[in-house]
Amino acid sequence: MKFTLKIWRQKNADDKGRMVSYKVDDISPDSSFLEMLDQLNQQLIAKGEDPVSFDHDCREGICGACGLYINGRPHGPLKGTTTCQLHMRAFRSGETICVEPWRSGAFPVVKDLIVDRSALDKIIQAGGYISINSGGLPDANTIPVPKHDADDAFDAAACIGCGACVAACSNASPMLFVGAKVSHLALLPQGRIEATRRVQQMVAAMDALGFGNCSNTYACQAECPKEISIANIARMNREFLTAKLFAEKEKNIGFTL
Amino acid sequence: MIKLNANAPGVPLADQWDAYKAGCKLVSPNNKRKLDIIVVGTGLAGASAAATLGQLGYNVKSFCYQDTPRRAHSIAAQGGINAAKNYQNDGDNVFRLFYDTIKGGDYRSRESNVYRLASISPEIIDICVAQGVPFAREYGGLLANRSFGGAQVSRTFYARGQTGQQLLIGAYSAMSRQIAAGTVQLYSRRDVLDIVVVDGKARGIIARNLVTGEIERHSAHAVVLATGGYGNIFYLSTNAMGSNATPAWSAYKKGALFANPCFTQIHPTCIPVHGEFQSKLTLMSESLRNDGRIWVPKEKSDAELIRQKKLRPEQIHESKRDYYLERRYPAFGNLVPRDVASRAAKERCDAGFGVGSTGLAVYLDFGDAIERLGRAEISARYGNLFQMYQRIVDDNPYRTPMMIYPAVHYTMGGLWVDYELMTTVPGLYSIGECNFSDHGANRLGASALMQGLADGYFVLPYTISGYLSHEINTPPIPTTLPEFHLAARDVTDRLDRLKKSNGKESVDHFHRKLGKIMWEYCGMSRNEAGLTKALGLIEELKAEFASGVNIPGGLKEYNPELEKAWRVEDFIELGDLMVRDALHRKESCGGHFREEYQTPDHEALRNDDEFAYVAAWEHKGRNDEPEMHREELRFETVTPSQRSYK
Repeated sequence: MKFTLKIWRQKNADDKGRMVSYKVDDISPDSSFLEMLDQLNQQLIAKGEDPVSFDHDCREGICGACGLYINGRPHGPLKGTTTCQLHMRAFRSGETICVEPWRSGAFPVVKDLIVDRSALDKIIQAGGYISINSGGLPDANTIPVPKHDADDAFDAAACIGCGACVAACSNASPMLFVGAKVSHLALLPQGRIEATRRVQQMVAAMDALGFGNCSNTYACQAECPKEISIANIARMNREFLTAKLFAEKEKNIGFTL
Repeated sequence: MIKLNANAPGVPLADQWDAYKAGCKLVSPNNKRKLDIIVVGTGLAGASAAATLGQLGYNVKSFCYQDTPRRAHSIAAQGGINAAKNYQNDGDNVFRLFYDTIKGGDYRSRESNVYRLASISPEIIDICVAQGVPFAREYGGLLANRSFGGAQVSRTFYARGQTGQQLLIGAYSAMSRQIAAGTVQLYSRRDVLDIVVVDGKARGIIARNLVTGEIERHSAHAVVLATGGYGNIFYLSTNAMGSNATPAWSAYKKGALFANPCFTQIHPTCIPVHGEFQSKLTLMSESLRNDGRIWVPKEKSDAELIRQKKLRPEQIHESKRDYYLERRYPAFGNLVPRDVASRAAKERCDAGFGVGSTGLAVYLDFGDAIERLGRAEISARYGNLFQMYQRIVDDNPYRTPMMIYPAVHYTMGGLWVDYELMTTVPGLYSIGECNFSDHGANRLGASALMQGLADGYFVLPYTISGYLSHEINTPPIPTTLPEFHLAARDVTDRLDRLKKSNGKESVDHFHRKLGKIMWEYCGMSRNEAGLTKALGLIEELKAEFASGVNIPGGLKEYNPELEKAWRVEDFIELGDLMVRDALHRKESCGGHFREEYQTPDHEALRNDDEFAYVAAWEHKGRNDEPEMHREELRFETVTPSQRSYK
C-alpha cells in the first residue's frame, strides 16, 4: 500500500511548527500505524533528515504512551483502538493521512507528535489513590466486594491515561480520565473512606492545571481506546455534589495542589 | 576469584526471613530523612520500592525513561499474580509455591530467596486489595483464583487479562501519594547512562534528560536498579520498545556481577511474525492454554496446503490433527511449562508441520472448548484476548483456530544479588526482573508480578535499612566529586563518539541484525558450533556498528535515534556475554536447551554434578574476556529431580 502523509513537525516547544508532506510506499496492510511511521523514519534517516518523533512503548495497546490525532480523530478511525493497534488495512491505499499531536493548552508539544501529559500525573497526585501504608493490612478477603461493583471498578480502572479524551473534547476536558479514577476508587469499599476528599482535590487540581470542563458532547467516550463510559463522569459529578454538601467538614484540609 | 556468598541467615529455611528481620538494623525516622535513595525504573518493582521507601521517610529520587511512571512495561503483564493464600482450600501453602518455583526453575535458583518470595506472597495480595486493585471476584464477593501455567492448585489472582496494568496502577498511585507528600521526587524522560561509584560504594547516577539532552548528575546514599529485563536484545520480543539493559549493563561495567545471562524465557503463546518491518511481538496470555488445544496437521502435505492458503484448518479432520503436547505429555498436556511448550512448537515447525504463511506457527484451537462451555463463557474468559488477536491478525478466533508461535518474553538472568538483593557493589541493589535471583532457568507463569512487588514492598525496605544504618553520618553526597566528573565525561565522550560515527545504516538495522544472531544461535535451542559462530558474528557486528551507524539529529535535543544507539551498543556487548554463558553451560536446563545434552526422547538433560551453580560474570575491562565466578547452589530442602510432565 502507499500513502501521502501530512505530519505535524515542530522542533521543540518554542518552534512554531507546520504540516509537512511525505510519501511512503511498500506498506504491508498488516503493519501497524506506528510500524508505517517506522518505515517513513527509516527513509528519512537514510536521507539524513530528522525522523518524526512520536511517543510509543508497549505497542500492545496498554501503556497509553502512543496517541496520534489521525485524520482529525484521536487514535484514528477505529473504535476502541489505540494508535499502536491500528493497522494499515483500516485505510485505503493511495489515501492522504493527516497526523497531528494532541491539541490542548494543558498538553504542550515537546517535539513533533509528542506532547507533555504530566498534568494527568498531577491530577492523580492530588488524590487518585487510597492512603494506606504497606504494613498492618487486613487479609484481602476480610471485606467482600459485590462482584458487579468490582467489575464496574475494573471497567473504570482500565483507563490507560493516554489523554485521547482531552484531545477529543472541544473544551479540552479530562473529565473522563478524572471520572474514571474517581469511580474506580469510589466503587470499592476500600476507596470510600476518603472518597469525599479525593473527588474535591482531583477536581480542584484539574481546574488549576488549565483543563476545561465537560459539556456533555460524549466525544471522549466515542474516542476512548478503552471505551470508558461517560457514566463515570456522571458518577464523579454525583460524588462531587455530595462532597460539596459536606464541604464544611473538609474545609480545613485544603484543596490546593 | 570473588567468593560469592548469598549470606542468608544460618537457620532453617522456613525461619530465615523472620530471623533476618529480627536481626536487621533499622534507621530512625529523623535519620531517614537525611538519607537519599535513587530508584531507577518505575515498573512493579521500582514503583513499589519508591512508594514504600518514601512512605518510610527516606528521600527518594525516582527515574524512568517514559513520560510517566505508569507506562513501565509491567503494565503489559496479562495473566495474573501467584500467592500462597490457599483461598480455594485446594492444598496450596507456602512450601508448595516454593517447591513449584524451584522445580519450575529447573533447580537453578537459590532456595533461601525463593522461600522468602513464597512466604511473602500472601501479603502482596493484601496490599493490592487495600490499594483498590480490582481483582476478579466471585458472586459471594471474595477473590477469585485460577490455575495458571500448569500449577495443580488455583493460586493465581487476576484482573481480567490486565493484571499487570492494575497492579502497576496500584503501585503508581502509592508512589503518586508519596510524590504529593514530597518524599519521592520524580524524574521522568531520563535515561540512566552510568552508575557512579565512590570509594567502592554506589553513590549516584549519570542521567540524560531525553527532552533537552542535558547530562545530569544525581547522588544518593544508595542506588536501586529496577530496570527490568534485557529481552529486547532479540529485537523482536514482547518487551516494550524502550525496554533496555543499559543501567544494568553500566552496573556490570562498574563491578556488579551479571548472573546466568543465557537464561531467557521464550513464551509459547505469542502472535506469529508477519513480516520484515514488524517492530515487536504481542503475547497472548498463557491462560489461553487452560481451554485451547494446540495442534498441527499430522500430514506434511496438509501443512503445505495450509501454507499455500489452499486449505483451511477447519477443513482438517479430527483424525488428521496432531495434538502434539497431549500426545507427548499426557499428564500435563497443553499445560506443560513454557520452555517445554515452546520447544515442542519449534520442533514441529522445524520438522515441516508448521502453519501460517511462514510455516512458523501452530494452532491454538478453542473449538472443543466452545462446544463444551458455549461461546458466551469463552468470551467471558478470554474476550479481550480474542479481540486483540482479531485486531492484529484480522481473523476470527471463535471460528478459525488461533495461530501462535514462541517469542522472547522474559529474562531470568540478571545482576547477581545476595539475600539482601545487593549486587557485588556495596550500596547498589537490584530488584525485580533486573536481578537473577528467583526464577532459576525458567520462570513460572504469574510469578514475575509476585517477585517485583515482593522485592519492592517487602524485601528491599528491610534489607536496605541494614546498609543505610551505617550511613547515617554520611552527609549528602556532593555531585562535584571527581568520580561524578569522570563518569559524566565518559558519558559525554561516548555520546560524542556515537554522534560522530558517519555511517550509512540506521540503528534499527544493527539491532535487527543482532536480534537475528541471538534468535538463531542463542534462542530456543543452542549448540556449540552455533554459539561459537555467534561469538564471531557479534564481534563483526560490533565493528560494523562502530563505523557504520548513522544517527541524525543533535545531542542537545530530543533524539530517539541517539537513545536507541546507546542501548543497542550495550545490547551488542551483552549479546557476547550471553553467548559465552550459553557456551560454557554444557547442560540443558529450563530455557537453556543445549542440543548436545538431551534425553533420548528429546527432553532437557540437566547435569547437577557439574552445573548446579549460578554463573556470575565479572567485567575485566574492554579488551579482556570476562571472568566467571560460581555461587554453588545447595539444595537442602528439595531434592533436584528430572522434571517430568508426562
